[in-house]
Amino acid sequence: MSVLVYTEINKGRVKKASLECINYAVKIAELTGTTVTAFVNNADAAQFEEIGKAGASKILSAKNATLSSDHLLISAALEQAAKAEGTKVIVFAFDLIGKAVAPRLSAKLKAGLVAGAVDYPTLSGTHLDVKKNVFSGKATAIYTINSDIKIISLIPNSFPVKLGDTKATVSDFILDSSAQASRITIKEVNAISSGTSVPLPEAELVVSAGRGLKGPENWNIIEELAAAIGATTACSRPVADLHWRPHHEHVGQTGLAIRPNLYIAIGISGAIQHLAGVNGSKTIVVINNDKEAPFFKSADYGIIGDAFTVVPKLTEAIKKFKSNQN
Amino acid sequence: MKILVAISNVPDTTTKIQFTEGGAKFNPAGVTFIINPYDEWYALVRALELKEANLAEKITLIHVGLADSDATIRKGLALGADDAVRVDAEGPDALFVAEEIANYAKANGYDLILTGKETISYNGASVGGMVAGLMDLPFVSMATTLEVAGSITTVSQDIDGGSQIVECALPLVISCAKGMAEQRIPNMRGIMAARTKPLTVVASTASASTTTVKSFTLSPGRTTCKMISEDNIDELVHLLHTEAKVI
Ligand SMILES: Cc1cc2nc3c(=O)[nH]c(=O)nc-3n(C[C@H](O)[C@H](O)[C@H](O)COP(=O)(O)OP(=O)(O)OC[C@H]3O[C@@H](n4cnc5c(N)ncnc54)[C@H](O)[C@@H]3O)c2cc1C
Ligand SMILES: Nc1ncnc2c1ncn2[C@@H]1O[C@H](COP(=O)(O)O)[C@@H](O)[C@H]1O
Repeated sequence: MSVLVYTEINKGRVKKASLECINYAVKIAELTGTTVTAFVNNADAAQFEEIGKAGASKILSAKNATLSSDHLLISAALEQAAKAEGTKVIVFAFDLIGKAVAPRLSAKLKAGLVAGAVDYPTLSGTHLDVKKNVFSGKATAIYTINSDIKIISLIPNSFPVKLGDTKATVSDFILDSSAQASRITIKEVNAISSGTSVPLPEAELVVSAGRGLKGPENWNIIEELAAAIGATTACSRPVADLHWRPHHEHVGQTGLAIRPNLYIAIGISGAIQHLAGVNGSKTIVVINNDKEAPFFKSADYGIIGDAFTVVPKLTEAIKKFKSNQN
Repeated sequence: MKILVAISNVPDTTTKIQFTEGGAKFNPAGVTFIINPYDEWYALVRALELKEANLAEKITLIHVGLADSDATIRKGLALGADDAVRVDAEGPDALFVAEEIANYAKANGYDLILTGKETISYNGASVGGMVAGLMDLPFVSMATTLEVAGSITTVSQDIDGGSQIVECALPLVISCAKGMAEQRIPNMRGIMAARTKPLTVVASTASASTTTVKSFTLSPGRTTCKMISEDNIDELVHLLHTEAKVI
């Protein structure tokens, strides 16, 4: 009956979005009087410990070379795990794996899916009410899931991660042989080199710039500000289309939708298609030399000024603040 | 090769969203509806390109919705799809929509089913993967390129932390994202031709939906933007620390 969570390992760590999902599942388990089971592939002892601290009481540990990258296999594994556990609620992150796998599982288990939850569900009888973003952030909707098995995928960065001192028991998970023959062959994987910064979908702090920066040669001031804050860089769509910045930095309706704690928009006008990807941010700071720029209407803090003078000043101010803190 | 392209009918991004009945229903009054951008620019246009390259014989559009979607479907025909099917049912529930599409596709046999990566209305990114699950077909999500050689497709797709190139035999379901193709504008000839292309209406076959919308709420938006002078940047840092508590 436990709440099942798909947990991912990324660059040697349990993915932050997965820890958020475990925390989220704990809330659901409290509502429904059960416990949390985390499914994970190729994890080690330190990672089991972290999963336990996030609140899972049981870990289903698979050891499979292709499982983590093969969406069809992940779906088959979770279907098998859900049946074995008698699971009624399954939680994913609304990331690229969650978007590929949760719908398939929903179809296989005839389980109602709310994709892109932003808040904890509430229980109404045997149904769950879940809030999600709709109309690209212009509104939210409360969905009622009325099927026996329910699936929720949670937008990353919706909640801060809480770790306690709980421990999980670990059981080996062996994927049924019938599921092994996947029909998709992975030919080539191209990783983005994001250096040391947090990948954009998971970043809590983001510094983003637009066409106001005039050209790619000016991005050093953006990168210096991002480094001073410990932020990840992003950009508007024209900037990616002009190849000033790589495509994976592009946020907005056609690019990534993110919801960091802090989004600093520099030289970005604030077109509605851009806002669609960032209006879930907790705090928005806009730096623009045009006081009429629409982005100011969607910002918490604004500075009217030339990016080329304001940004270096802000970088210095942040550095000063950080050194005073230490 | 026969291609089925699933298109949804969505409010244009720039329209103001409104709800009626105390937030229970979306209010379509005065809203401009368009084909969901990903379905049109990427899924449909790539299908047209495959047909132009003699790799596909026929492109059928499928839409699950009521008669008020017909104008949007005609636009897809004007862009060059051969015919269209509308499953006459209302339902914002993804699994319901997917079941309609899967049932139709099973009965009529398609080699390739294309969807958009997500709708800009309900933002579920779900229907494609569900159709594949219901038909027990492979699914490749977030595809940015698609090549077909014989019965083998080669697709690049976005994954967390990068991209990958995968190979998969037909039939399969693919959800399409930016990069797949370039937007096209329908020409006069296409618009004229679309008027007489078949748009078949079929009855619903799906089971009851597993989710329902209880209520909608407009996002509050940000009411006040605190303006800070560029000569007083320390104030911004101070506010980010003490007021917003984000640094
Ligand atoms: C269907 C559709 C989907 C789209 N999807 C996206 C999307 O996903 N993401 C996205 O970003 N856009 C998207 N767009 C494009 C969007 O409409 C805007 O065109 C785009 O966001 C503008 O980018 P920008 O703000 O960088 O450039 P601009 O609109 O050119 O704005 C530049 C800004 O920089 C300011 N500026 C100039 N010089 C300086 C200076 N020295 N210092 C400070 N400020 C300065 C200007 O005042 C201006 O506000 C989409 C458009 C459509 C039609
Ligand atoms: N009512 C519908 N009729 C036909 N196709 C749809 C419908 N709704 C969604 N789709 C397709 O499924 C994709 C993903 O939709 P969604 O899961 O709602 O984000 C869309 O881009 C369309 O290709």
